[in-house]
Amino acid sequence: MTPTKDIGITVDCRSENCPIPLIETRKAINAAKPGQVITVIGTHPSSKKEIPMAAEAMRLKVLEVSETDGVWKIRIQR
Amino acid sequence: MAKATIILHSGDYDKVYSALILGNGALAMGMDCSIYFTFWGLQRLKKGQLSKGRLSNMHMLGLGKWMIKRRMKAKNVASLERLLKDYKELGGKVIACDMTMDIMGCKLEDFEPGIVDECGAVGTYIKEARESDITLFI
Repeated sequence: MTPTKDIGITVDCRSENCPIPLIETRKAINAAKPGQVITVIGTHPSSKKEIPMAAEAMRLKVLEVSETDGVWKIRIQR
Repeated sequence: MAKATIILHSGDYDKVYSALILGNGALAMGMDCSIYFTFWGLQRLKKGQLSKGRLSNMHMLGLGKWMIKRRMKAKNVASLERLLKDYKELGGKVIACDMTMDIMGCKLEDFEPGIVDECGAVGTYIKEARESDITLFI
């Protein structure tokens, strides 16, 4: 088997309001292959805690939750 | 799988928002979701009527709604059309109440195409609700 470089999926939800960051994250999870990493960036405050909640509810691994200058970044592994 | 079942009885602009935001939220968090459109809520599924409802409060002959819509646009809140499209894309089910269709004299072809998954009555709702983790009446 040849290893393939996995660039993952990035979802940019900056300036989007409730519930778009959750919706777009869900669409990306649906589109991702098992093992693939989804990176979501956004500014909507509640989504920073709710996207990891959604990932955990779907038994997916949350690899990172960080924030710089009001922009958060969440990495989820499908 | 966990499931949410919502009845949308109201056709008010803000309440249609509540139903679609909750439905999308449930789907996004890994649940199944069905929304039963009945009475005034069902009117919103007619072609071009989704965002035509009045505000449940402070409608003020349309002035209140105009102000709220302006605020929502400034805060980048998604349109009802987008929320319904996303709801369907994430696998949300739309059920039209057939008794309301009878009373109001509307037919399947009066609705936006591709939106209604099935027509149902109280039995369909109870069957789905009893296997749901969340059920709401809006």
